[in-house]
Amino acid sequence: MDVIKNTKLWFTISGLLILLAVFAFGFNAFVRGTPMNFGIDFTGGTLLNLRFEKPVSVAEVRSVLDNYKLGESIIQKSGENDVLVRTVPIEGDVRANIIKDLNDKVARAEILEADVIGPTIGKELATQAIWALIIASLGIIIYVSFRFEFKYAVSALIALYHDALITAGVIALLWRTVDVPFVAAILTIMGYSINDTIVIYDRIRENLKKPNLAKKNFGEVINISILETLARSINTVLTVIVMVICLLLLGGETLRDFALTLLIGFAIGTYSSIFIAPPILAIWAKSETKK
Amino acid sequence: MQKNINQLRFLALLAIVGVSVYILMQLPITLGLDLQGGTRLVLEGQDTEKVKVSDDAMSGVVAVIRNRIDALGVTEPTIQRKGKDQVIVELPGVKDPERAIKLIGDTALLEFVEAEWSPGDARTISPEKLKEFYGPDAHIDYVKNVRGGRVESERVIILKKTALTGADLKGAWPGLDEYGNPVVDIEFNAEGAKMFSEVTARSVNKPIAIILDKKIISAPNVREPIPSGKAQISGSFSAEEVQDLVIKLKAGALPIPVRLVETRIVGPSLGKDSIDRSKVAGIIGFAIIIAFMVLYYRLPGFLADIALVIYVPLTLAGLALIRTTLTLPGIAAFLLSIGMAVDANIIIFERLKEELRLGKTIKASVDTAFQRAFAAILDSNVTTIVAAVTLFFVGTGTIRGFAVTLTVGILVSMFTALTLTRMMMDMMVDGKIVTKPESKLLYK
Repeated sequence: MDVIKNTKLWFTISGLLILLAVFAFGFNAFVRGTPMNFGIDFTGGTLLNLRFEKPVSVAEVRSVLDNYKLGESIIQKSGENDVLVRTVPIEGDVRANIIKDLNDKVARAEILEADVIGPTIGKELATQAIWALIIASLGIIIYVSFRFEFKYAVSALIALYHDALITAGVIALLWRTVDVPFVAAILTIMGYSINDTIVIYDRIRENLKKPNLAKKNFGEVINISILETLARSINTVLTVIVMVICLLLLGGETLRDFALTLLIGFAIGTYSSIFIAPPILAIWAKSETKK
Repeated sequence: MQKNINQLRFLALLAIVGVSVYILMQLPITLGLDLQGGTRLVLEGQDTEKVKVSDDAMSGVVAVIRNRIDALGVTEPTIQRKGKDQVIVELPGVKDPERAIKLIGDTALLEFVEAEWSPGDARTISPEKLKEFYGPDAHIDYVKNVRGGRVESERVIILKKTALTGADLKGAWPGLDEYGNPVVDIEFNAEGAKMFSEVTARSVNKPIAIILDKKIISAPNVREPIPSGKAQISGSFSAEEVQDLVIKLKAGALPIPVRLVETRIVGPSLGKDSIDRSKVAGIIGFAIIIAFMVLYYRLPGFLADIALVIYVPLTLAGLALIRTTLTLPGIAAFLLSIGMAVDANIIIFERLKEELRLGKTIKASVDTAFQRAFAAILDSNVTTIVAAVTLFFVGTGTIRGFAVTLTVGILVSMFTALTLTRMMMDMMVDGKIVTKPESKLLYK
């Protein structure tokens, strides 16, 4: 297998995936009014996660909420006896009254979770998320430039943005709720995906010093390094993906979207570590030697 | 000699396990709000006409809230300032969040206002006239007679001037009136008592309105001057309301009003559910990884598995030592870190295979494999830590738990791979368990 020779193929695949992501954002923005399904952490609002003592219907819950002019809320069943309500921010008294009414008119309800987030908090979160992205990027650039070279750092970072963008695109396409855990997942994906890239870089660094490879050009050295580290690239990610799949299937409702985001991100991250970051590095190095 | 070294290595491994188990027994890991249930509030200070949000005002808010929570008797609450104008309050295991929210968030500004019952219908009097007759602060309000949650009658009252506030109090106690209804007994401090005596002397046969946070609680008529500085606040209180009002009056009013911008209530069952489910997920994932390592990497894989088994209590002990609060994302991070912990071993073993293929002796191969793998392990883990640390500084609450757990997990995994696995590999070599490089125990 020659990774570097087939660069065009990998770039085409990634290009298509990125187009898919952009399409997902655009489609959502036009059809649903917002590029991603931002949850109350971002938009502000109320989330009630209630466990009733017997199965109840969405209609019963909605009829109670109607009395508070909240009939338009998103109401879903999240388990046999569990109901999830998402709506606009409400006052503490209103929340307490709603739960009292549900207790009286529908069935005894226990609060699993009740969150009310003001709209300002969401804006703060968005700012924080962007800062996190910038600071993490800078940290990675500085460390990788220090241990390798600047072009290694930038190639790795492009691959990371590629991973983050495509992962976000898939989540947008699947219309999964995007809250604080999503931000954590994206940063974790960036932090972990670069792991594989670094392992390949490390081998390139080592191979460049070997006398028997001195005659080969940079692209060939990269290719040899990728093939030599292929088993470990795959095995390291396999063990983590095993855990993520266990979390996804068995970890319960609260961790499901988080695990799903990680699964998509780690898979794409492994792909980009092998097929995106090294080819970019090869192209960059080639353009330097031409000058 | 060689045998002695192996015995020492074995003892060292046992010691590491022993110490981490001991630490875990001494310092149990505290569970976060999302796991044990509890309430998290973010309050934002609001400007008023008289007082603007300032550092002093916010410190005052924190102090008053702390007093109120202490009186409520919550175990291990956290109260911290965030940014210029916010206070984060975390109350683990609070049974009645609504009550706690009211208790914390109410300004609790108590006012005693000189007043007069309106002659005829004061609603027809213009505000200008009102001020001319009754003083510059005069305005009208309504005293509601509430019985059983319903307003039975309303009486128009003219509020003239605030005479005393909660700041003039010396103390407050729950009490009962002559009919056995819950009331709050109050006593003014020396200066307050003097003023109260003057005000009551001026107000004989007129009402004094007792107002809490701009709402009239009651407006009793003064029958005679009260020189003792003692008074009673009665309304249609429940015993619990009286208790909370006493707490608020003792802790004092908030210097500025606050608004609740974030409320997160987690019931106790959700966390229990999450812990149970993550346990199952973790054990199954752990078993698959263990099996994979043995099947793929044979004897070295088995040694890495032992290192992984040690990794679990070691990481938990590390988390306990730095007093981390375990949150649900933290559990996820811990499970992820188990998956990542074998990464370093895989890097080493793949390297070992390569070295063995070059025809080196086992001892030489093990040495080179660890030596060469070190740079790769260090660089790849540092970059992950960079991302995790960023999460810590920008994240809040539960996400911080995730970042800390991930960071500790990665650091411990580097230690177990580079030290523990190394030690066991050396035991394998020195103990002459494997002598031939082409041994089936090493790789297929």
